[in-house]
Amino acid sequence: MDTENFLLQVKSLHAGYGPTRVLHGLDFGVVRGGVTALLGANGAGKTTTLRAISGMVRISGEILFDGTPISGLATEAIAARGVAHVPDGRGTFMELSVEENLRLGAYTKRGDPRPDMERMFGYFPKLKQRFRQQAGTLSGGEQQMLAIARALMLHPRLLLLDEPSFGLAPLIVREIFAIMRQIIAAEGTSILVVEQNASLALAIAERAYLLETGRIVMSGLAADIRKDEAVRRSYLGY
Amino acid sequence: MDAFLHQLFSGIATGGIYASVALALVMIYQATHHVNFAQGEMAMLSTYVALTLIQAGVPYWIAFVLTVGASMIVGIGIQWLVLRPLEKAPVLASVGVFIGMLLMFNSVAGWIFSYTLKPFPSPFGEGPPMLNGLFSRHELGSTGVTLLVLTAVWAFFRFTRLGLAMRAAAFNPISSRLVGVPVAKMLALGWGLAAGIGAVAGMMVAPVVFLDPNMMAGVLLYAFAGALLGGITNPLGAVVGGLLVGVIENLGGAYVVGTELKLSMALVIIVVVLVVKPSGLFGKTLASRV
Amino acid sequence: MHAHITRFGPLLFIVLAAVLPLAFASGYQLFQLTLVVAYALSVLGLNLVTGYNGQVSLGHGAFYAVGAYVTAIMMDRWDVPYWATLPVSAVVCAVFGFLLGMPALRLGGVYLALTTFALAVAVPQLLKYKLIDGWTGGVQGITIIKPDAPYDLPLTSDQWVYLFSLAVGVLMFALASNLVHGRIGRAMVAIRDQPIAAEAMGIDIARFKTLTFATSAMFTGIGGSLAAIAVQFVSPDSFTVALSVTFFVGMVIGGAASIWGAVFGALFIEFVPNIADHLSKAAPGAIYGVILIAFMFLAPGGIASLLRRWFARLAVK
Repeated sequence: MDTENFLLQVKSLHAGYGPTRVLHGLDFGVVRGGVTALLGANGAGKTTTLRAISGMVRISGEILFDGTPISGLATEAIAARGVAHVPDGRGTFMELSVEENLRLGAYTKRGDPRPDMERMFGYFPKLKQRFRQQAGTLSGGEQQMLAIARALMLHPRLLLLDEPSFGLAPLIVREIFAIMRQIIAAEGTSILVVEQNASLALAIAERAYLLETGRIVMSGLAADIRKDEAVRRSYLGY
Repeated sequence: MDAFLHQLFSGIATGGIYASVALALVMIYQATHHVNFAQGEMAMLSTYVALTLIQAGVPYWIAFVLTVGASMIVGIGIQWLVLRPLEKAPVLASVGVFIGMLLMFNSVAGWIFSYTLKPFPSPFGEGPPMLNGLFSRHELGSTGVTLLVLTAVWAFFRFTRLGLAMRAAAFNPISSRLVGVPVAKMLALGWGLAAGIGAVAGMMVAPVVFLDPNMMAGVLLYAFAGALLGGITNPLGAVVGGLLVGVIENLGGAYVVGTELKLSMALVIIVVVLVVKPSGLFGKTLASRV
Repeated sequence: MHAHITRFGPLLFIVLAAVLPLAFASGYQLFQLTLVVAYALSVLGLNLVTGYNGQVSLGHGAFYAVGAYVTAIMMDRWDVPYWATLPVSAVVCAVFGFLLGMPALRLGGVYLALTTFALAVAVPQLLKYKLIDGWTGGVQGITIIKPDAPYDLPLTSDQWVYLFSLAVGVLMFALASNLVHGRIGRAMVAIRDQPIAAEAMGIDIARFKTLTFATSAMFTGIGGSLAAIAVQFVSPDSFTVALSVTFFVGMVIGGAASIWGAVFGALFIEFVPNIADHLSKAAPGAIYGVILIAFMFLAPGGIASLLRRWFARLAVK
């Protein structure tokens, strides 16, 4: 694992909440300009891993972002370095309008956010219709779109996505992942996506890691993992 | 009829003061779910600062601006030094600290400035009443100032990047951090703003009630009632609630219960709101924060 | 050693509290100690609802006032003997607390603090209100006569009132101690610390909180009654918001959620202002404020927790 190929390098990452340890020494990397998937069942530690990267939980171990350590930085400082994080539950500012949600996404960027907003409306035309509406009144799918758009407003170098398919109807999920493909192609952002729905994630990912009870049990190219017999049986269900 | 209108307008003038303090309370409540019981005493101390400056020969409006600025800085300092460490403490601890500050500020003011009532100048002059005698000059001027301040605060929250970030930090601190908003600084700034608004309210009410260390006790109580009436989670509601309480207090005092029971009206308003519509006129229905 | 302290400590304390002042205290000192008992009961009442149950009240001075006025009115108007006024005062205060607690406690948290604070501010005005001044004596208040010792006991009036108050105090403290160490006390603490779990266990939280509030008002009201008997006088301006705040200060500094904390708190609020008053009129408030904040940061459990730590260290040695 080297800085040249991996934008984010994580080395022997331990983390937990209070006395409960959740992660027991993870080593992984997020490929530059591509999608890396973190798979695993409920409670495997996927969300905690993302929180650890964003400085939301106490950790030990090393996290290098573009070769520089970011562990120990405040969450807002990590965001300011170009790490956008769509948390579990999407983190929508329910009381604020769609426009204000997007403006907040660009908080760390000086200058007029409107051109970026227009670009987001290119990906998500529905958001344009809902521009002045309170974000809490949006449907689940629309809120997920808003969350991704909000994160992209930061011009992130690394985008962390926590379960983008969670709680959405399959049709909506397909729509969102189709848009995500466009975004990946157009923006060149490196993405770390966490998913329970392994087949979806493997379809867009370049590399993947499989997490079980806080440990990485398998890693490799997404294409290889997709072919793996054991993974297929336990996570892909066919 | 004229007497009635006079009471009504006079109620709006005091209501503006309650509205300001109610707004200050709601701003802090929204962000931290703390009710700042020391908000009134902070405003009272600010007013003494203004009086000291004016007596030292500083022109009124310069003293006004200096006082608001100093109050904001002190407000930020208090949040940073005293309240930030208590962010996750139980209600009892935060109430304890607020009551402690209330007692301290009150005594410090008494110690330095004595407990005697002091006249406080009005920048609008003593002159004859205006608008057919419905408004005294000070009532008109102070209503103007409070409305101006409230509008400015609204515009700040509505149209500026910082105002938006402060609202976001209050609503959803976790997401705010994730988009890069320094939430702790926003809370401190909110305290600063609340202290500044309180200072204006103190300087506007002092010419009417005279300045003494207990000047703001009644105002704070009516502001509580106003904040609850409007909905403690809604800043605009707090302003409307504060104005309504001012009018209710004045009309009630003049025509219903008499002046001896004026303060009890705040209690009645609070209890009625809690029984009839706990979320207030404009607040969202809220779950019990047990 | 430690076990002996917990078992015989209270008993020893009661005997000493009864005997020593009779032997050594002057009339005025006895009066002060009687007030300490009254304050201790009031702080204990507040402690039940705020310390144990987690519902912050800033208006317990109101219940103290109601208790004091019930006793004064009954003694003054109907010549009811002082001791017979206590049960009535208890019932009246409990009902009053129940009615006030109902709306405010449904919402919990800071709403109760706000409502009770408003109540505390309104109390003097309400007591002066002209429709009831035939009973309350309006601004003038009511003067009552201090009871003498019964059965020709060789005690002065001050000594007797102190002993009587101490007996009532001990009884009420025993009652409170049983309450908080039993099933009800566990439920009170559960509601404070784990409201969701408490609800899941089948505790009707709103009803329970309201009943706790009523009980708490009752304790404080009895404190008010004892104070009225000792002071021989009630008037609206002795029951300002400052009194409620004083109880709050006493509760926090003595030790929230501690039976003994109420005693320490009462000693604190009776004697510290007397000492501080010599410095300046502003000193008691400033000292209260500083000590209150200092305790919140350094010893949130109050004097009781400091002593507990100290005893524990002694026991280890």
